[in-house]
Amino acid sequence: MIFQSMGKNSLLLALFALITALILASTDLITEDRIAESERLAAQKALFEIVPLARHNNDLLVDLQPIPEQYWLALGLDNGGDVHIARLDDQPVAAIVPSITTDGYSGDIAMIVGINFDGTVAGVRVVDHKETPGLGDKVELRKSDWILSFNGKSLNNTEISKWNVKKDRGDFDQFTGATITPKAVIHQIAKTLEYFEKDRERLLSAINFSDNPSLGEQAYNE
Amino acid sequence: MSNVSISEVTKNGLWTNNPALVQLLGLCPLLAVTGTVVNALGLGLATMMVLIGSNVIVSLIRRHVGDAVRLPVFVIIIATFVTCAELLMKAYTYELYQILGIFIPLIVTNCAILGRAEAFASKQPVGMAALDGIMMGSGFLFVLLMLGGLRELLGQGTLFADMHLLFGPMANSWTIAPFGENYSFLIAVLPPGAFLVMGFLMAIKNAIDWQIKLRADAIKPDPVKGAKRIRTTGNIS
Repeated sequence: MIFQSMGKNSLLLALFALITALILASTDLITEDRIAESERLAAQKALFEIVPLARHNNDLLVDLQPIPEQYWLALGLDNGGDVHIARLDDQPVAAIVPSITTDGYSGDIAMIVGINFDGTVAGVRVVDHKETPGLGDKVELRKSDWILSFNGKSLNNTEISKWNVKKDRGDFDQFTGATITPKAVIHQIAKTLEYFEKDRERLLSAINFSDNPSLGEQAYNE
Repeated sequence: MSNVSISEVTKNGLWTNNPALVQLLGLCPLLAVTGTVVNALGLGLATMMVLIGSNVIVSLIRRHVGDAVRLPVFVIIIATFVTCAELLMKAYTYELYQILGIFIPLIVTNCAILGRAEAFASKQPVGMAALDGIMMGSGFLFVLLMLGGLRELLGQGTLFADMHLLFGPMANSWTIAPFGENYSFLIAVLPPGAFLVMGFLMAIKNAIDWQIKLRADAIKPDPVKGAKRIRTTGNIS
């Protein structure tokens, strides 16, 4: 008797699991392409803001250069990352470098730093952070245009000691009520520029993988 | 509760037994994501969809599933709907999905949904169960919207900001900023603000209920002084 009811119940559960698995699988199939497209667009959006389409005509999402392991620590990348190379008619224009600082007020601040090949900042965007709303979140372009104050700056026209908030005799504004967040971002951008100086030649001479994705994959896997 | 009327179900979901204001269920996502109207609307609609779907299916299978496996089956059904909602949001409202983040999958753990499946849908015909889902979902959505609207208005001084995340480019100009551009009142955006606004909403609801009760009492005739009463306890000597 008890075995009979156990059998019946387990069959029923299995049936439900099967049906729901089928429903989930089909939903996944239907939405799969759309999700991939959305993810691609979201990733592209930030890149396009830094290097607009007028300045490049290659596929930024495919033209990648892995960052050598010795730089991971300075860029705060625990698991490595890729530099996006922007090219106009095959001439390298700018590199977009992912960079993470752990010195924020709460948690990591992840950003992407676009650097022109002449060493000036093309643009910076904070892509993920947990800073205090209303104070530290002015690093977002949505809340304040502070992040645009880096455009055109380089290690040549702004010496390294000036990469700080004005309160500490630097060149950049702090926010009212928040200095830790802007300081962390400023320092990290300077570090990213330093990385770029060191890795510039390699990135400049890198092969354009976007024309030949299989070649890129090959180099990537090596 | 085998026989309930449509009006009763409606009133229960929207007011008397409102999942957020009275049952206080699903508070974690409720308080966490209601910083703006658009977040509230996104989470509210997703929750409502799941609630309606799970109520209907649970009601359909109520005669075929025994007590022993009832709860696991309900949880499977709810989890399926939540995952579908998550996939759909990821596909069509990707940025909103990123903002709401973990709170979309967490709808599974919203006790309001399992609660309605267990307490109502598993004992009622499909139509009533669907209506209950709509009404309970609307009740929850309504409170989310109130919270989101008030906190957005108090905290950032805007209303309907970023609605394009849900409605596309045509909603770009919907933002209203009644207090000017630079207004901000931090605490309303932070978690304490969520609790404060929620507390005020509950107080307002209770005050309205109290007024209704007072009015109802006023209509009732006062008992006449010296009228005969029946003693129900003690010894009559």
